[in-house]
Amino acid sequence: MKSEGITVSPTSGDDISPLNQSQSSVRQTVVLAGNPNVGKSLFFNHLSGMYVDVSNFPGTTVSLSKANYKNYEIIDTPGVYGVSSFNDEEKVARDVIVDSDIVLNVVNSLHLERDIFMTMQLLDMGKKVSVLLNFADEVRKQKIKIDSVKLSELLGVPVYETSAVDKKGFEFLDDAIQKARIGHTTKEIDKLLAREPYCSLPRSEALLILEGDEFYANKYNKPNGTADDREMIYVERRNRVNQICAEVEFEDTSKGKFLNLLGRLSINPLTGIPVLIIMLYIMYLFIGDVISQRVVDFTENTIGKNLFEYNLKKYVAEFTPSTISVQIVDENEEVTQQQEFNFPVNLNSDNNLKNEFLEFSSKPGAVTDFNFPNALPRLFFGEFGVVSMTVTYLLFLLLPLVIGFYLAMAVLEDSGYLPRLATMMDRSLTRIGLNGRAVIPILLGFGCVTMATITTRILGTDRERTIATSILQFVIPCSAQLAVIAVLISGAGVASLLIYIFVIFSVLLLISTTLNRFLPGQSSPLLIDLPIMRLPRAGNVFKKTYFRTIGFMKEAALWFLVGALFVGVLEVTGLLYSFQDLLAPVTTNWLKLPKEAANAFVMGVVRRDFGAAGLFSLNLSAMQITVAIITITLFVPCIASFMVMLKERGLKEGLIIWASTWIFAFVIGGIVAQIIV
Amino acid sequence: METRTLDQVKKGNYITIMQLPSGNIKVQLIRIGISVGDKVFCLERLPGGTIVIQKNRQEIAIGYDLARQITFSAH
Ligand SMILES: Nc1nc2c(ncn2[C@@H]2O[C@H](COP(=O)(O)OP(=O)(O)OP(=O)(O)O)[C@@H](O)[C@H]2O)c(=O)[nH]1
Ligand SMILES: [Mg+2]
Repeated sequence: MKSEGITVSPTSGDDISPLNQSQSSVRQTVVLAGNPNVGKSLFFNHLSGMYVDVSNFPGTTVSLSKANYKNYEIIDTPGVYGVSSFNDEEKVARDVIVDSDIVLNVVNSLHLERDIFMTMQLLDMGKKVSVLLNFADEVRKQKIKIDSVKLSELLGVPVYETSAVDKKGFEFLDDAIQKARIGHTTKEIDKLLAREPYCSLPRSEALLILEGDEFYANKYNKPNGTADDREMIYVERRNRVNQICAEVEFEDTSKGKFLNLLGRLSINPLTGIPVLIIMLYIMYLFIGDVISQRVVDFTENTIGKNLFEYNLKKYVAEFTPSTISVQIVDENEEVTQQQEFNFPVNLNSDNNLKNEFLEFSSKPGAVTDFNFPNALPRLFFGEFGVVSMTVTYLLFLLLPLVIGFYLAMAVLEDSGYLPRLATMMDRSLTRIGLNGRAVIPILLGFGCVTMATITTRILGTDRERTIATSILQFVIPCSAQLAVIAVLISGAGVASLLIYIFVIFSVLLLISTTLNRFLPGQSSPLLIDLPIMRLPRAGNVFKKTYFRTIGFMKEAALWFLVGALFVGVLEVTGLLYSFQDLLAPVTTNWLKLPKEAANAFVMGVVRRDFGAAGLFSLNLSAMQITVAIITITLFVPCIASFMVMLKERGLKEGLIIWASTWIFAFVIGGIVAQIIV
Repeated sequence: METRTLDQVKKGNYITIMQLPSGNIKVQLIRIGISVGDKVFCLERLPGGTIVIQKNRQEIAIGYDLARQITFSAH
């Protein structure tokens, strides 16, 4: 983006350092603040040169991101409708706003009445503010006129028109930061703040106390404002905002149709369910058919097995003893010819045999299996070889599928469809103690459970977060896992798919209704604003997919290596077989799977998708596959999402959920096995 | 002019908000842009009672349990 003068120092997470102690340092803090889904993160990405997620639904950003820009520290915050403490994100945003030197208030020009409310609160707090009137492109398109000069006059702070998606108005940002200033405050509030005890406190904190904020009231040990005070302030502020908007906003009412047909259609179940089905079908065609059949078949078999693994192992066999079996398979996957080559020293010890092998194994349809009797080559290049397995599964199987899922999710996230789906699903979700909003983290879980677990923060109460987290950790397969499951199920047939969906869905209902019944408290009702529907922007979709894919590969590669090494060592030392024997009663009698399926569970502890991948090499019947994927889906979540869950939900709750997944996986898997196998 | 709770609003009607529930939820409603005296349009009323209203260009979905606590008068 920009080259000079920017030093990027990403600090992630929620560790907000109290900035007022270090106020003497030259670096001023600039906070990007505003309502949800107004474009804050786009501005942050531009200023910092970093990448944080940008999506078309409220609540994309749930924690702080910081970066240095010129002489300033820039902070991206979760979108909030005001500075207060109704939930965790609000608290996070509140603290950085209170401690900031300058606030860049991003505003959605289409929703001035909603957004200026927060602007007004920032002004009342006595903050130095500049307003970025974003979505200027939409304003033009919808033939609305906003008098920004007048608005600036009324607010008493600079106002800039921007269109962050089109990178328009970024050139004003330096100006906006430098010219930010304290604006006009609400008179009634000034009067209240002039009284004891508020007049002796910093203005922004005094206002929050007056508005009933307990945290700051405790900090200064002052009584916080009454509910009446707060209500009076809010009503007063609302009136002033409405007045201002009436003065600056003009629209051509004859053109006042902002109908977006598809958006409307996707809300009502009558039309919304068909829309959902069509959407899922398109996703299925894209991921299930194009990617998981065609692309993966090519990358996994042609590139992975026949090119990469074959050549790698052939090369290894030049140095170490091997037994190589080659099968020639026809189009119907029937073995037509078969031959075994034995090289007790190495490939080159018997040139005739080598040539015979090379010729035979290069026939069309040849499937070559290398067997290395020595421990070390087996550990790295054998059946569970650290190198061979990691590369083939990760690069040639999972990678294309994961990219496919991320692309599909990014399109959904950018379209504005998710909040509408949330609205349509609202009533059904209240039956399991959630509201429609929970659709967003649950759907994102099909991309990555770890990420989705963090997104549960957008839910209103702890109770809802517990229920949603449990659903994610128990029953939602992430993209990598779905990928593997899709490949397995495509071999097992429709009956298998239906049983799988039925069982998983039943478990979802069982867990959520039980939690809803026994967890204390009440869930919050839905209150969500619906962003405009629009065609996803290719740039944003690809950028997001790219960053998520890189993120996935970085994390998965490490854990995959660890997992493969772990299983590899177990295999080479023979421990794997003792373990298989140990688990055999459960695996063979209860789950009715071959005892080698135990490998899948060993790998599954590391990541569920590796576990599922471990099932490929087994020769399973359709119903055995069904049992195996049900068990693996319900099995413990991957290490990364387990860690995130501990952090988000606390040690006790996290451990209870984790331990329960073990029990559920084997109990449910077993019951299904007893019935269908 | 009769007043009813918002879960009973008919799709396609213009209404005026008469009363909001008290407490935190009131503050949240005011912030998002729904306050007493506002004229809003009912875009959708879903079978379960979830309501979608439109105020100016803004569309807001409100769950049944919240809608039941808001009163309106029809025009
Ligand atoms: N048409 C248009 N869309 C915009 C503009 N600015 C942002 N968007 C879109 O608005 C959506 C929200 O952008 P984000 O940057 O994620 O917004 P945010 O304020 O960080 O949102 P939260 O993190 O949820 O609070 C994305 O789909 C953007 O592409 C703009 O000027 N015009
Ligand atoms: Mg954001």
